[in-house]
Amino acid sequence: MIFTRVSPRKARQARKIGLNAIGVLVALVTLFPIFWMVSTAFKPSQEIYSLTPSLLPAHPTFGNFSQVISGQASGIGTVWLFFRNSLAVTLAAVLISSFLALLASVAVARFRFRFRASFLIMLLIVQMIPGQALIIGLFREFDQLNLLQNLLGLVIVYAAQALPVSIWMLRNFVATVPRELDEAAAIDGAGAVTIFWRILLPLVAPGLVATSIFAFITAYNEFIVALTFLGQAHSTYTLPIYVTYFFGRGGAEWGPIMAASTMYTIPVVIFFLIIRRRLVSGLVAGAVKG
Amino acid sequence: MAETVAQLHGTPAASRGARAGAFVRRHRLAPYLLLVPALGGLALVFFWPLVQMLLYSFQNYGLPQVTGAAPVQWVGFGNFSSTFADSEFWLSLRITVAFAVVVVPLTLAVGTLVGLLLNRLGPKMSGFVAITALLAWATPPVAGSVLFYWLFNPDGGLVDWTLSKMPHWLVGSTNWAGYNWTTTGALQAYTVLTVLVVWTSFPFIAVSVLAGLKTVPAELYEAARIDGASPWRVFWRITYPLLKPIFLVLLLLSVIWDFNIFTQTYLLVGGLANRNEFNLGLYIYDKGFTFPPSYGLGGALAIIFTLILLVITVGYVRASVRQGALT
Repeated sequence: MIFTRVSPRKARQARKIGLNAIGVLVALVTLFPIFWMVSTAFKPSQEIYSLTPSLLPAHPTFGNFSQVISGQASGIGTVWLFFRNSLAVTLAAVLISSFLALLASVAVARFRFRFRASFLIMLLIVQMIPGQALIIGLFREFDQLNLLQNLLGLVIVYAAQALPVSIWMLRNFVATVPRELDEAAAIDGAGAVTIFWRILLPLVAPGLVATSIFAFITAYNEFIVALTFLGQAHSTYTLPIYVTYFFGRGGAEWGPIMAASTMYTIPVVIFFLIIRRRLVSGLVAGAVKG
Repeated sequence: MAETVAQLHGTPAASRGARAGAFVRRHRLAPYLLLVPALGGLALVFFWPLVQMLLYSFQNYGLPQVTGAAPVQWVGFGNFSSTFADSEFWLSLRITVAFAVVVVPLTLAVGTLVGLLLNRLGPKMSGFVAITALLAWATPPVAGSVLFYWLFNPDGGLVDWTLSKMPHWLVGSTNWAGYNWTTTGALQAYTVLTVLVVWTSFPFIAVSVLAGLKTVPAELYEAARIDGASPWRVFWRITYPLLKPIFLVLLLLSVIWDFNIFTQTYLLVGGLANRNEFNLGLYIYDKGFTFPPSYGLGGALAIIFTLILLVITVGYVRASVRQGALT
């Protein structure tokens, strides 16, 4: 009896400590790039290019942020201009796509019609078509429509791009609204429009929040269409194109670039934290693009 | 009866409205009317450009045709045969496929492992790890790419500095100080892309796998534990078969995403400057937007690319239908 077995309780404790250690390691590795972005954003340039980089800024500074805000760093304007462009495009696209998706999802969830299944499958397929495959045709079309180099063109594209997933997600929410509710309202003399605004809309509001956030993130992150459409029209740049311009200008100044990237990232992070609980439901079938 | 009353007492506009309503009801047009706005948007942004690309692919559409200096002519499958004869096409296709072959299993493996870990951790620790994963997931592709470019930058980048401080037996005898990851070659550039893409996409896999794990009855694991099964065995005999539908969808989505990747490659490969590092997406973009443009070749490529993805998508649709997504 020299070799006593480790008691099960101790073994469980050891396993728990091991698992927690792995958890901390995973969290640190995952967090590190973001930490480095924020840390660089707060470093003065002699620390950024120092031969021995340090984890935290020794003399933290808001200098990079103030250069980004004054517009001095990029040379094409203050970061707020691009925030404004991004928010205007994104919000307009979200409103339009939510409304169109709600109408379409009512059709799909409430009616049985001939092309219902084909329509749903078509949405799945449309969603998979790579943006690069369409970009030449899209560019030519919007050139003819005179919608290049302005924000309206982007609003139209982003609203339509969010439709397939929004319709797929919303139809489940519409389907959960009991049919008896609108039938009862119809008997009381409510018209289709009243039923839509007074009954359907409030009841599918949580679904609309979810799809709006999805549409927001897709539009806010969109790159290839904005890059192609906006060209040299600096004042119409959205945030990702602004960061790209700034980044590609050569003689990269990493402090201001990281400050701009940090500011660009914050709103999405906040959104993700808000929808944390909802992230999975519906998204496996619908898919948030990576 | 109601209609006659409306016609007798209603204003002309109201009765017209009522008649239109009756027409919609009689022909069951309501669902189609509700779909029209969405279909209009999809037509503008998806169908019309797709048709245009299809037409271009059979035409000699290039700079002279854009400026009107020469007429547009139909060239049959000419664009397709010159694409298949172009070694740059095959290189970009090889890069695209190789990248997906490496990144998809890697992302799935890392994501699944983290999902399993999250399931085993206590609520506090699990929440903490999940939030860090969420931050990586939330980082916009442009911000992530710029950030990784900086991390792997030859001038002051952290990775080169760290590697240069490591012993040679561990990291090889390459002179890591000032090592250029993005322009040295496709292998180096796509190594950085691999790290970046795994970092941004594993959280989605982890969270999805975790959601699936929550549906597995605990008794199954209890029974396996009493039988003394190893974790490896438990995964392949219990978890994997039960979560197979989820894994199938995640696999197909990852393949599609990694095939379609553009933002990250564009930024990390240095735009359109390094032709030997193009993947399919960059190759198409180059045909359309590097002077002089060739919409004909771009169209042919877009059709080829879309067909490849369509094959994968059919798999995705079938997997979704099998899960009852259409009901």
